[in-house]
Amino acid sequence: MSDLTRRTAAELADALAAGETTSVEVTQASLDRIAEVDSAVHAFLHVDADGALAAARAADQRRASGTAASALDGVPVAVKDVLATEGLPTTCGSRILEGWVPPYDATVVARLRAAGLPILGKTNMDEFAMGSSTEHSAYGPTHNPWDLGRIPGGSGGGSAAAVAAFEAPLAVGTDTGGSIRQPGAVTGTVGVKPTYGGVSRYGLVALANSLDQAGPVTRTVLDAALLHEVIGGHDPRDSTSIDRPLPALVEAARQGATGDVKGLRVGVVKELTGEGYQAGVQQRFDEAVRLLVDAGAEVVEVSCPTFVHALATYYLILPAEASSNLAKFDAMRYGLRVLPEGVEAPSAEEVMRATRDRGFGDEVKRRIIIGTYALSSGYYDAYYGQAQKVRTLVSRDFAAAFEQADVLLSPTAPTTAFKLGEKLDDPVAMYLNDLATIPANLAGVPGISVPSGLADEDGLPTGVQVLAPALADDRVYRVGAALETLLTDRWGGPLLDRAPALEGASA
Amino acid sequence: MPDISRDEVSHLADLARIDLSEEELDHLAPQLSVILESIASISEVAADDVPPTSHALPLTNVFREDVARPGLTAEQALAGAPAVDQQRFMVPRILGEEA
Repeated sequence: MSDLTRRTAAELADALAAGETTSVEVTQASLDRIAEVDSAVHAFLHVDADGALAAARAADQRRASGTAASALDGVPVAVKDVLATEGLPTTCGSRILEGWVPPYDATVVARLRAAGLPILGKTNMDEFAMGSSTEHSAYGPTHNPWDLGRIPGGSGGGSAAAVAAFEAPLAVGTDTGGSIRQPGAVTGTVGVKPTYGGVSRYGLVALANSLDQAGPVTRTVLDAALLHEVIGGHDPRDSTSIDRPLPALVEAARQGATGDVKGLRVGVVKELTGEGYQAGVQQRFDEAVRLLVDAGAEVVEVSCPTFVHALATYYLILPAEASSNLAKFDAMRYGLRVLPEGVEAPSAEEVMRATRDRGFGDEVKRRIIIGTYALSSGYYDAYYGQAQKVRTLVSRDFAAAFEQADVLLSPTAPTTAFKLGEKLDDPVAMYLNDLATIPANLAGVPGISVPSGLADEDGLPTGVQVLAPALADDRVYRVGAALETLLTDRWGGPLLDRAPALEGASA
Repeated sequence: MPDISRDEVSHLADLARIDLSEEELDHLAPQLSVILESIASISEVAADDVPPTSHALPLTNVFREDVARPGLTAEQALAGAPAVDQQRFMVPRILGEEA
């Protein structure tokens, strides 16, 4: 295994700045690692070796002439296949977009390119980001590098597995109900959902516009902050983009890494612990909280009573928005077109019906139908209207909790990674994975998941989630980095060092 | 109220322009009933005086100067189309025989 693939993005950036390595070497090391292990992991839907190496050569030239485009110039990155990439296929894990090559870049992608990060390829995901296991990808599931028979979380299982398997030092994900944070928890990696509007949604194929947010997927908190500063900030092309500067995220991560949390008020959300959480997940969480207390933090229990309704609220709002969004897949302007069998001179509508039946998978169909139901007259007030009201109550719960605490803590996901196939035909059991992550999306607040250890019962990674008030993304980095330092010191090294080697693994 | 019949699922799929086969209806209809049951609790939660939230952060309309900016060329816009004719999207017939 190449040593370069084990290094953090921050270390690679330093080595590149010091001239100790080149972007071509680093990028080639990632590409070699992908070639070595991705047949077993299947984190990538598309690998762009030529494009990545060309970008790496350009980065090396800039470094050589002292004109680095950013701190991360030359550090390669993987991008979730839901972000439009000019010249690179973008499928969203769906047959309906198989082979589609966007004619433009998402703002996130444009910023990665402008900052000099070679794009290794596009990562696997649940179809249109609907799922918590990456099993709903039309192109086959991604496997958890910790146990190839288990799910890597979802929807961004590809991005999380790519960094967990050392195929990429950095990746970008999107989080609508936990799709960055929950894969982070079950793969022993770091994931951040920024404040809603903190990262541009331009060119992000929308699942639920009012909830979607792109963010960093990395192995360390500092790496996440470095990447967040590249992709975040105001974008005039996204009307929901926040028009003010990002907080100093890298600085916050460095400050937090000292492990000093004296005076910090930590709220443990009563409704997001205990029943429904696997024993080993709860144990690691309780230990993480104790570590913060030992380091000088003050812990209070806070109650957010409407959080128990957040899951139901989400599974009304999301399908409603998704069913409207996916109406654009009409077989006319791009994507798949299927002609219905046995129909002579079919109409546009008949072609559309046949195409959507063939092009969408089960979970997408389920959610489109639920969304259509929730938005239909007669049910609108009882369901969608009510869900929007409960959303207000969830935000009020957050506001009250943040009067008592600077940050809120909970386990990121209720369980460790489950076996592939286990919950595929039990949608409600699948939805429960997002129990703890969904409230942040409903209220738009930022959250991070950092590894909290391995569960005793199965030896699989667990995660702890830190939530902060809207716009206070720096707080999740500060507390996330503190937790990372305190836990890593205790473990005597990063959690991922304990993941099994993947060489010789078979799919 | 949350129980959803096979016929209703068929009707909703029709509204959403998805051709579901008989087997798909058999497979999906019971699952959708279970999903709806699990989310039905919500109808009792919020009092009438709670205002709805559509977006997490307050939205204001955003304007920009009315100046031309580069857009896609016709070639780029048509590049992903299933069928193209004379620099236009070619689509199946829109109207039925009886229309």
